[in-house]
Amino acid sequence: MQPVKLFSKGVVTGYRRGLRNQDSSISLVKIEGVTSKADTEFYLGKRIAYVYRGLKSRKNKITKRDTKLRVIWGKVRRAHGSSGVVRASFRTNLPPKAIGATVRVMLYPSRV
Amino acid sequence: WFAAVVSSVLSSGINAEYGGEKNGGTRTVPVQKSPRFYPTEDCKTPLKNRRVAKPTKLRGSIVPGSVVILLAGSHRGKRVVVLKQLPSGLLLVTGPYKINGVPLRRVDQTYVIATSTKVELPALPAIGDEIFKRKGKPTKNEKEMFVDNAGDNSYKISAEKVALQKEIDALVVPAVKKVDMLQSYLRSRFTLTKGQFPHEMKF
Repeated sequence: MQPVKLFSKGVVTGYRRGLRNQDSSISLVKIEGVTSKADTEFYLGKRIAYVYRGLKSRKNKITKRDTKLRVIWGKVRRAHGSSGVVRASFRTNLPPKAIGATVRVMLYPSRV
Repeated sequence: WFAAVVSSVLSSGINAEYGGEKNGGTRTVPVQKSPRFYPTEDCKTPLKNRRVAKPTKLRGSIVPGSVVILLAGSHRGKRVVVLKQLPSGLLLVTGPYKINGVPLRRVDQTYVIATSTKVELPALPAIGDEIFKRKGKPTKNEKEMFVDNAGDNSYKISAEKVALQKEIDALVVPAVKKVDMLQSYLRSRFTLTKGQFPHEMKF
């Protein structure tokens, strides 16, 4: 079965912040190809997956397979500014090592 | 409510015969015994919920016969034909199975992108949510709890479903073949490649 890519790539650029304080419960995500606030409308509400590797293998409860891959799920909340960056919140806050890391912006829940 | 119970108790009764010299022969025994315990204060009964659930509103872009892209699950990326919306609100979808291996399946509309392609479907047999209901796991009694389950409890497709699939494919596949290139379109899978952004696409 050929793998298919059904998500958009995004990059975590940091947390919502003022110059000297930051709110780590809200991450900022820059989605590939999205450069204006109007473009972000498609992505609002879409689920985001931050996929990362751990050192030890764990059994995935759904696929029942041992894997080192782990996910933190979240969703796109709203636009951030006018240049296409987006605010996202995750089930548990993203760890700071995620800053600069790739994130998958899925195509569901779909409104098309 | 206690008053109601008391009044019903006093009104109804069975005449029962009692033996013994000094027991009075017959007496009225209440049909409904008054409760042994009752709360010190009358408690309010909540109002009955008369809410009737409606199936979720179907997006305007999804219509019986529209081709749709599955976004998640084992069949992600596959293009599939929508048959109808079931009373539960989910979409009933089929590959058709002969074309891309997607059987009669229920899908939520949020996990689907509707394309503008539509297939003219003939009249289909009525299908409801009942065929998709899974039989619950058999409950084990105390003895069996410690015995390893010898049988294979994995899901097996019922013969009824296989027959229904064939019946529906026989109706849908000719409708698909009528449209030029639609069969190979349904065979192919949707994927995003470099430089493709979903917000710029028109589905």
